Amino acid sequence: MSGPPVRRPRGRRTRASPHAEAREIVFDFLQGYDLLGAFWMTVKLTVLSAVGSLIWGTMLAGMRVGPVPLMRGFGTAYVNIVRNIPLTVIILFTSLGLDQTLRVSLGSDQVDTVNFRLAVLGLIAYTSAFVCEALRSGINTVPVGQAEAARAIGLNFTQVLTLVVLPQAFRSVVGPLTNVLIALTKNTTVAAAIGVAEAATLMKSMIENEAQLIAISAVFAFGFMCLTLPTGLLLGWVGKKVAVKR
Amino acid sequence: MTEVSVAKDAVAATEDLVVLKSVNKHFGALHVLQDIDLTIARGEVVVVIGPSGSGKSTLCRTINRLETIDSGDITIDGKPLPDEGKALARLRADVGMVFQSFNLFAHKTVLENVMLGQIKVRKADKKAAEEKARGLLDRVGVGTQADKYPAQLSGGQQQRVAIARALAMDPKVMLFDEPTSALDPEMINEVLEVMQQLASDGMTMIVVTHEMGFARSAANRVVFMADGRIVEEAVPDQFFSNPRSDRAKDFLSKILHH
Repeated sequence: MSGPPVRRPRGRRTRASPHAEAREIVFDFLQGYDLLGAFWMTVKLTVLSAVGSLIWGTMLAGMRVGPVPLMRGFGTAYVNIVRNIPLTVIILFTSLGLDQTLRVSLGSDQVDTVNFRLAVLGLIAYTSAFVCEALRSGINTVPVGQAEAARAIGLNFTQVLTLVVLPQAFRSVVGPLTNVLIALTKNTTVAAAIGVAEAATLMKSMIENEAQLIAISAVFAFGFMCLTLPTGLLLGWVGKKVAVKR
Repeated sequence: MTEVSVAKDAVAATEDLVVLKSVNKHFGALHVLQDIDLTIARGEVVVVIGPSGSGKSTLCRTINRLETIDSGDITIDGKPLPDEGKALARLRADVGMVFQSFNLFAHKTVLENVMLGQIKVRKADKKAAEEKARGLLDRVGVGTQADKYPAQLSGGQQQRVAIARALAMDPKVMLFDEPTSALDPEMINEVLEVMQQLASDGMTMIVVTHEMGFARSAANRVVFMADGRIVEEAVPDQFFSNPRSDRAKDFLSKILHH
């Protein structure tokens, strides 16, 4: 993007050199911003929150279908409370409530790290409610008879769940879980509310400093699509591949 | 009236394996099991027949506590049926069950279906479990299908795999809950033959079925149920040729003459 184009051996590339100058003019608003770094932060938020909410969401689903009334009650209450609170409120609570009021700093004294971890915590807490419900609908696709057969050979509740019911439930909800994952990817932008340096935070500061508002929005929209479109395609393929034949 | 006929067979039996004493169960307002008394001796094959809704499947399912009971006692091998938890799981491992709808684990191969219980419940090592599973699959005639998934098998084959899966636990008693009712007619015999073989090998079996041929040839005793009660118990020949209760006469006239 800088200096005159170096002479290249092939004709096609040298012909393209005028465009390089055009690119420089059109995209100079990107200069000085760590776009890749910001999106990398988005990816980190997404991956950690996805793994965490998959684990916690699975446990919640286990509680909701389990035989212990107290756990069933807890699972139901958790899902119904958490999924009905706006994510922004949850994320703000992790910062204002957990960190600044209760002094829960999640094992770090650096502000950036604390905020990052709090954001992941908030995203996990929120997303797992949706994972739980997607998974529970998957559990309902597994014929009751299979759980009975599993109990009849002497498996206990946890074994029935982890060996027979959940493996089949997961396979049938790859599609819905993909939706949750894509929503999560975009929801990470809420972490901007507590100052995590991810894509939306960068976008805000660029919008303040630069004139090309539409171009900036387009760049970030494109960036998110680069993350979510391949995810959707890949998981769509995985979903077909692992589907249980009945 | 029942004691007479039971006594004939009880000579051969050594001890009581499954005992139900005044068992009652309700589904809401429906009194589905009414004061059921039933004793099954070791090695005995008991066939339970009766019209739909008479409670025969429910009876079968109470014996490994897939259905709970409201009152009464069930003992298996002298031990009362545990309420919940580990003890119940242990007991279920000793009671094999075969379902009407096969209920094979759809995400596991035939071989894995038969190995799962051995490994997770009996704590057998993988190699021994596989060897035993292959042996059992050969015994029920589906050894060549070991690496397929249940959905790739015919109903008759699936049901035979289900029998092998139950046998893999070395059960003391086998419960069959209408094992041939979901099968195409030409597949019924292959399953009945396996059950017949099992019966002649001395397995204790409780079979809920509509297969009168099987009842005649393999059963030591026929239990006829209607409206939640055991109406009649007799050896098969006596029951089919000379039923004593009107309810049984009516039932048999409907199924045998057409």
